[in-house]
Amino acid sequence: MRLLRIVPDDTNFDFIRFRRISFPISALLSIVALTAFLTLGLNFGIDFKGGTLLEVRYPNNSLNMADVRSKLEALDLGEVQIQEIGNDGEVLIRVAEQPGGEQAQQAVVGKVRGTLGDTVEYRRVEVVGPRVSQELLSYGIVGLMLAVFCILVYLWFRFEWQFALGASIANFHDIVLTIGFMAIFQIDFDLTSVAALLTILGYSLNDTIVIYDRIREMLRRYKKMPTEELLNHSINSTLSRSVITHVTVTLALLALVLFGGRAIHSFSVTMLFGVVLVGTYTSIFIASPLLIYLGVTTRTLVEKEPKTANPRAERIAP
Amino acid sequence: MLYFSKWKAIAILAACAIIGLMIVPSLIPSAAYDALPSFLQRKIVLGLDLQGGSYIVLQVDQSEVRKARLEQLRDDARRVLRDDRIGYSGLGIQGDSVQVRIREGQDADGAYTKLRALAQPIGGALSATGQLDTDVSRDGNVITITPTSTGIQARTIQAVSQSIEIIRKRIDQLGTTEPSIQRQGSDRIQVQVPGLQDPSRLKALLGQTAKLSFRLVDNTMSAQQALQGRPPAGTQVLYSDANPPVPYLIEDRVLVAGEDLTDAQPSFDPQTREPVVTFRFNTNGARRFAEATQANVGRPFAIILDNKVISAPVIREPILGGSGQISGSFSVQEANDLAILLRAGALPVPLQVVEERTVGPGLGADSIRAGIIASIVGATAVAVFMVATYGVFGIVAVFAVAINVAMIMGLLAMLGATLTLPGIAGVVLTVGIAVDSNVLIYERIREEARAGRSAISAIDAGFSRALATILDSNITTFIAAAVLFYVGSGPVRGFAITFGIGIMTTVFTAFTLTRLMVAMWVRWRRPQHVPI
Repeated sequence: MRLLRIVPDDTNFDFIRFRRISFPISALLSIVALTAFLTLGLNFGIDFKGGTLLEVRYPNNSLNMADVRSKLEALDLGEVQIQEIGNDGEVLIRVAEQPGGEQAQQAVVGKVRGTLGDTVEYRRVEVVGPRVSQELLSYGIVGLMLAVFCILVYLWFRFEWQFALGASIANFHDIVLTIGFMAIFQIDFDLTSVAALLTILGYSLNDTIVIYDRIREMLRRYKKMPTEELLNHSINSTLSRSVITHVTVTLALLALVLFGGRAIHSFSVTMLFGVVLVGTYTSIFIASPLLIYLGVTTRTLVEKEPKTANPRAERIAP
Repeated sequence: MLYFSKWKAIAILAACAIIGLMIVPSLIPSAAYDALPSFLQRKIVLGLDLQGGSYIVLQVDQSEVRKARLEQLRDDARRVLRDDRIGYSGLGIQGDSVQVRIREGQDADGAYTKLRALAQPIGGALSATGQLDTDVSRDGNVITITPTSTGIQARTIQAVSQSIEIIRKRIDQLGTTEPSIQRQGSDRIQVQVPGLQDPSRLKALLGQTAKLSFRLVDNTMSAQQALQGRPPAGTQVLYSDANPPVPYLIEDRVLVAGEDLTDAQPSFDPQTREPVVTFRFNTNGARRFAEATQANVGRPFAIILDNKVISAPVIREPILGGSGQISGSFSVQEANDLAILLRAGALPVPLQVVEERTVGPGLGADSIRAGIIASIVGATAVAVFMVATYGVFGIVAVFAVAINVAMIMGLLAMLGATLTLPGIAGVVLTVGIAVDSNVLIYERIREEARAGRSAISAIDAGFSRALATILDSNITTFIAAAVLFYVGSGPVRGFAITFGIGIMTTVFTAFTLTRLMVAMWVRWRRPQHVPI
């Protein structure tokens, strides 16, 4: 049986030179993302905005959107979003946060149930009061920053500061682009989105580190090689792995997007964008070329480890 | 890297098998599960988003705790000053403290000493911190008593503990399976009740303070007059729950309070066939109720729940038996719930619902189905791709990943962790990461072989180089998962758990099982070239 080979052996793309194209592209995309974030804004779900969400199913094609709309408008609850989902008679109702503290939010569910009656199936009811939504938002932001910080510290210990800085710039770029994506497509931004962002962060780093690991190894082994050539070689020799891994992750994520159900749909779509499109691109075209600007040369490691610079050297060159 | 001693190999296989088999108790029917010895009775709990149910977060209002504490301090101060016959004026609550003016200058020193004794060390007399829960200060003849913020905090924590007990009693009466009631932070209570169709009854049961009292109705003037003018000292106007609400002028003095009830049961009034709640007092309550009713025959008294008048019957004859009934045109369910509330007792302070998430059983079942389908499709696609890319080594990878998933599930069961829909997504993503560790190893082997090494040497070097990378890259991902677990709640935490466990098992299987299987294959086939 002939095995599948996506990336041919001995590729030799000049990824480092490509930075003259990829860096401007990334800068442009980041500006687009930031503009989208600032103008369109994120579509905050009730986790962060507070309010009430009901998912209701009308049995046997009894759904009449106009009727639902007029009934809910009669309640005078302020901003109400009504959205038909799927074609199974399901409606998603979002009611904005009510003035009047925690009790006022609780009253909404009772009113909606009262007007829609008991013949419909209440599949999901979520009420988040103003206090909790504030906290969840700050938890989410703190969580993201904490994760970036912990990872930075770990990388700094494990590699050199140049690598830690390079990885965090690359990460920041990932998060900015993903948030821009969520703003442009107005994907629900809720707690699971924070989970998605953190996972994208983890994945993208995972990828970056695989390449950085190789760069470090090459730096130790080929002390005379020019940095650009060395970086290129490192990216090329890990290219097959990068591509194969991304095919498998894409397969897993596509399964989640297509079959995972609506409850995790926005999560899966965000992940698909962040991990597959941004993460891979970043580790190859941004994170590694960045090292040139951060002044990584063979001396970066040599000065630090004068004697035990290459513990594996003996075995490599017998 | 490719040599394993026999015992090491056996230990690796045994560890994988044992951890993987821990999933079995979660899969067998419940009758068989109950027959298992207790150390094996550990299974995966389905999250509320999968099995349906309600998640409710209640909060103790600190301002209510402060208010209750201030009222208590005011009453204590009054008692202390009266007991010592110290003349005072203007005793009352001013903002966040209680103030009193001592009439005579020479009494002020004594009063100050006495009132200072109201401050108690936080955490009881045995506490080592020496902090007091109340601050007493004096300015000339004016003494100010202020609860400290640490004192209020300690009281809030105490109120949460008491409330948890009472809530547990209330929910147990609903007869639902496995409710979970936990403290969340310093002032919140998290309630999870699986399998409820309609949480409104649950919320009604949780949202009521259920402070019951029996008090006399003041009939020196009508409630209307009191509303227009000023209610007489020691009385206040309270309303009934009817529509429109009926006002009553009620004395502040409590004849008997809810704490003196020993039992409450729903039943029917023999004459009117209406649902009522019958109750019994303890000895103390019975005696006080008997005295009060004896002294007030012909006057109406009111039964008050959470500052609402439930009913206000006229005392026709002294009630000496220590039992009675509450009628208030209840439905059967209302009578039932009121009996539950009275049996469980009153909450120390009112609780507010600050977050609620309910998933109906229909949606839960749909989510489970979607999760299973996505897992199967994802796993199959990845498996096919791996075998197509790596042949025999692909089969090794697929096997290792399958064991990996079984181990994740086994560990979840061992920890009694909750599996949520995002948790299933975590498992699917782990499949992606686990495969990556194999890809790293195989690609490295290929590289080493192309660099001119013999097959066995290439495999050996490939493993030793790739494992270092796998460790580095997985630790960073694990940091992200740990942070997620720390800051996340509910479903997000479910994702962090499976993702975190998945990273650990991935590293474990890469270092042991995959290596062992490849080593066994090498010994068996003695390959001349690397088959990938």
